Amino acid sequence: MTLQAVRPRDTTKLPQRIQAAGVYIAIAALLVFNLAFTPHFATVTNLRLQLVQVVPVAIVAVGMALVIATEGIDLSVGSTMALAAALIPLYIGYGVWPAIVVALAAGLAMGLASGWLVAFAGMQPIIATLGLLVAGRGLALVLADGRLVELFDPTLGALGNSAVLGVPVSVLIVIGVAVVAGVAMRRTAFGRRVLAIGGNRSAATLAGLPVKRTLVTVYAVSGLLAAVAGVLSTARQGASDPSFVGLLIELSAITAVVVGGTPLSGGRVRIVGTLMGALLMQLITATIIQHNLPDSTARMVQAAIIVAAVYVQRGRSAA
Amino acid sequence: MTAVANPPTERPGAARGRGSAPVALWARRGSAPVVLALVLVAGTAVFGGRFASALNLGNIALDSSYLLLIAIGMTFVILSGGIDLSVGSLLALSGVLTAYASRWGTPAAILVPLGVCALFGLANGVLVGRARIAPFIVTLAGLLFARGLAFAVSKEGNQVYIIPAELALTRVGQARFLGVGAPVWFALAVFAVALVVLNRSRFGQAVFAIGGSEEAAELMGLPVARVKTLVYVLSAVLTGLAGVLVAAQTQSGLPTIGEGRELEAIAAVVIGGTLLSGGAGSLSGTLAGVLLLKVIQNLINQVGTLTAYYQQVVSGAFLIVVVLVQSRLSRRGLR
Repeated sequence: MTLQAVRPRDTTKLPQRIQAAGVYIAIAALLVFNLAFTPHFATVTNLRLQLVQVVPVAIVAVGMALVIATEGIDLSVGSTMALAAALIPLYIGYGVWPAIVVALAAGLAMGLASGWLVAFAGMQPIIATLGLLVAGRGLALVLADGRLVELFDPTLGALGNSAVLGVPVSVLIVIGVAVVAGVAMRRTAFGRRVLAIGGNRSAATLAGLPVKRTLVTVYAVSGLLAAVAGVLSTARQGASDPSFVGLLIELSAITAVVVGGTPLSGGRVRIVGTLMGALLMQLITATIIQHNLPDSTARMVQAAIIVAAVYVQRGRSAA
Repeated sequence: MTAVANPPTERPGAARGRGSAPVALWARRGSAPVVLALVLVAGTAVFGGRFASALNLGNIALDSSYLLLIAIGMTFVILSGGIDLSVGSLLALSGVLTAYASRWGTPAAILVPLGVCALFGLANGVLVGRARIAPFIVTLAGLLFARGLAFAVSKEGNQVYIIPAELALTRVGQARFLGVGAPVWFALAVFAVALVVLNRSRFGQAVFAIGGSEEAAELMGLPVARVKTLVYVLSAVLTGLAGVLVAAQTQSGLPTIGEGRELEAIAAVVIGGTLLSGGAGSLSGTLAGVLLLKVIQNLINQVGTLTAYYQQVVSGAFLIVVVLVQSRLSRRGLR
């Protein structure tokens, strides 16, 4: 998606700094508000719960950030999660790790498929991944016959619900993923290629960069991370639920990326900002729910925040 | 204004084509009706009377009519270079508001949802057209907001409003004419008007021009922001109309309906040969795209051994294959 004909605006330094730190300021404000007004907010149990709940969106959002940095979009992530979740009960008879490997391989395959369609077949990312969104969810439901399957595997349960030194394993995985992604984007040639493609694809091609290969890799990473999120969700619930796992998560992930300061027009990426964006949306939902406001209000507030965040960013994304 | 009058055929490459350009043009613009015809013949050949019966075809038409209304608006939006993700949620909101307002009689049950949808479209349009926020993001927020509002109106889904059977709305909505349900006639009437508006009015030509090149349109002095705003209003109002018709058909308004409808509508438009980048496409293609999706879904239902989930697999794969073939053929034609 391109921001069409957005005029670069003359922004002074201070507003720019506020824009850049917007997501952090918002998180800090929400934390202060909750500490002051929400009963039982500052308990270890609650804080840990908030972190665990944000895991799937955070992991998917990291992959989405890379895709968006190439000026692409990946709508298929939710269906990839469902596909991964649907495969686990089918293969868990061979052991938990083989089942997880199969699930991750399916995610990788979905990612490779969208990457191929975008890079080599020249399809628009939104169409290619839309097709895979519809087909992927259908495939997951066909595989599972539309049913929820409960899983009683201790290893899988540990993956979803245990903690190391008080930090849930799934949260550690998020941190690991973010560190690897952050280093890859800042310190490697791959990261620079990704940003170059997002900044100006034809220039990247003319400069002799392996544009197509890089694009395929980016979508493959997004698919793989979505599968990881699918496995972790399944592990945490102790059940494979292909009808609902990852439903609409593509929207939450895109929101997290955008709120975190990555422009949809590509060429830039902020991994930590993305994690914070995911955390912010989670905190908003939690705040609303803990104050007994209905879920519908949460959605409307989220909508307003998405628009506000992007509106504030307009000046920067055009630059 | 003749240069603006036919932008779909005036892609730079196609104009210079060396004889093979018609192939390219056909691949993009005309393939959906041909594929539709083939699928219809194949369906009749395999399933015979079960598929080709008046009852079944009538059901396909009814099922298609709601999607057609949404897809007509979506065609305008996509032609202008935008996208509208909020339509699925708006369909639910409109249905809920129809049922809610039906206590005050038929006029309210129609005007309240259409008015709210128009405001919604206006908000989308102003944010896209004036504030210049990416359509994808604006309508994504609209998707969340409209669904939230639909749930808020129906008390978090705990309250289902029922439309009285004796209301004029119910009677008209469930009426049949020549054996075909009223929504089909509404959709066809809207389609006819939309054809004229898109191809014969200044507004329609401006939509093409803006989608082709916004900068050029601006330089020509076209009211870009206003046209872009109107396009989203149109999409929202047509979706609202579909919501009213669905509510009249089911005599209730459910906040859960319409999830994924935006994707279905986009798929129909794209299968119909409209370029997602805007500026080129047609409403007749959209009609063929809608019918194609619905006929294929129906055919999958006819195969008793396949669950409904296969519909999704086939629809998704079909979208990819059609777009792939279109782009391959049109590229080969241009070479």
